[in-house]
Amino acid sequence: MLKINNIKKTFNPETVNEVKALRSVNLEIDEGSFVCVLGTNGSGKSTMLNAVAGTFMIDEGDVLLDNTNITKWSEHKRAQLIGRVFQNPFSGTAPNMSIQENLALAFKRGQKRGLGWGLPKNKLDEFKTIVRPLNMGLEDRLENPIGKLSGGQRQALTLLMATALKPKLLLLDEHTAALDPKTASKVIELTEKIITRDRLTTLMVTHSMQQAVNLGDRIIMMHKGQVAYDFKGEEKKRLKVNDLLALFDELRRKDNIDQGVAEMLKEQYV
Amino acid sequence: MSLLIGSFTIGLILALLALGIFISFRIFDFPDITAEGSFTFGAATGASLIVAGVNPLLASLVAFIAGMAAGAVTGLIHTRFKINPLLAGILVMTALYSVNLHVMGKSNMPLLSETTVFTWIEQFSVNISGENARTMVLGWDVAVKDLWLLLFCSISICIFCMILWWFFRTNIGTAMRATGDNDQMIRALGVNTKTMIIAGVAIANGFVALSGALLAQYQGFADVQMGIGMMVWGLASVIIGEAIINDNSLGMVIFGAVIGSVLFRLLVAIALRWGLNPNDLKIITALFVFIALILPGLMKNKRKFNLTRRNHA
Repeated sequence: MLKINNIKKTFNPETVNEVKALRSVNLEIDEGSFVCVLGTNGSGKSTMLNAVAGTFMIDEGDVLLDNTNITKWSEHKRAQLIGRVFQNPFSGTAPNMSIQENLALAFKRGQKRGLGWGLPKNKLDEFKTIVRPLNMGLEDRLENPIGKLSGGQRQALTLLMATALKPKLLLLDEHTAALDPKTASKVIELTEKIITRDRLTTLMVTHSMQQAVNLGDRIIMMHKGQVAYDFKGEEKKRLKVNDLLALFDELRRKDNIDQGVAEMLKEQYV
Repeated sequence: MSLLIGSFTIGLILALLALGIFISFRIFDFPDITAEGSFTFGAATGASLIVAGVNPLLASLVAFIAGMAAGAVTGLIHTRFKINPLLAGILVMTALYSVNLHVMGKSNMPLLSETTVFTWIEQFSVNISGENARTMVLGWDVAVKDLWLLLFCSISICIFCMILWWFFRTNIGTAMRATGDNDQMIRALGVNTKTMIIAGVAIANGFVALSGALLAQYQGFADVQMGIGMMVWGLASVIIGEAIINDNSLGMVIFGAVIGSVLFRLLVAIALRWGLNPNDLKIITALFVFIALILPGLMKNKRKFNLTRRNHA
């Protein structure tokens, strides 16, 4: 379904601020698979997600989605295939536009937008039916601007919007990180419900090991711009939070050894 | 009274300018200075074509398209070459100054003996009620032809407002509003925000240029300097409209820009009548916009200050 072939990305190349964000990432994801992506800060997990979404062009490698090479596609063109929810609850909705207008925009994701009426009357009932299960009372406030809603409400709506038209791939970039624990668990519950219902192929970046253990059928752990560990099937099901923590420790120890070795070599040879 | 009606009419013509500024500043959040150049560009194009014997309506339409072209260039410079919107606007505005001189072939082009949209209406008035007909409005003696001009402008502006209101509620118009509101979100929903910005700034400048073309026909000349300060003028109108209407729905905001433009023109006419030096007009307009921009912040601070004082007491 999604195939990432040896992609590389360096930000600010050949300057003091050079960051090798992705050093050869390879990944293949089956249709209907729900993958959690873990990793330390700066490990490249969000960068990988953005590379797939097309936020920037990658330096090397290919991204194939649904047997189409989308490496050269612009961000807005990829939106035909990809639904996204961002970390910042303010990023996924237009604050000064009404809930119904935002939903109407989402129901046209990736389609041609012409001079047809942007807010068709016959759609309003459909909007009501899809926001009612949120139990946030939004069905009676469809005309209110989204900016008046809380972060959790906005994130729930963004999730509905990203999946309004079934995407080939759903990208979730730490979409509960900015929410309080109670709201976060509500949004996660909704996420799981939608993904199972529509059998969506999903890549979810998260900081929470608990989420990674509880959700999905595969865990990928990234480190220094590469995939360090990959667990699926039975292996993933057996995985516990403590196992993941141990792996993080191992990665950290490796890093320290690397640094130690570098210093030792420096002392000996420089 | 005829001064009042004249101000109303000019206010309505300049409402097109206010609508243009509203589109770029408010809908796209794009501080577009091109307006200063495209206002004159519209006037110059319209005037030259009229002098060349072109139908004044057609000439105005061409002026609209010319303004759109100018706006598209600004949008293109900004999106394609990642140049700051202000600078992109300044570049195009500066370039347009030369273009305008070339279009007119001189710095001032009189239209007094030409057939314009407004001479048509005057002719129409003469045919209906005769030469120099006068009537009483609210106890004032006014020329009938001025009333016809006012009516014509009101109806045209209403039509333009309805077109804009309709357009910004279509699928593509909604996407444009979303581009100004949250570009990251609308890109993720498959909209090419660059195209939206180019098209939006083009439409905005089309309106500005049309306003210039109509004003040139109304006042009877086009001048290469007539665009100076027009952006701030339009902004002032938009701000007054927002303050008076105080409603965020699209229709009301568009209506507000028109009301703001008419009121601002009236205020200026009254101030000039009371002996304001016309040379001071621009500085007063600038001061006015400055105050209007900082006032909301000041009022918020004052409220906070009062609250803390109350809490301490």
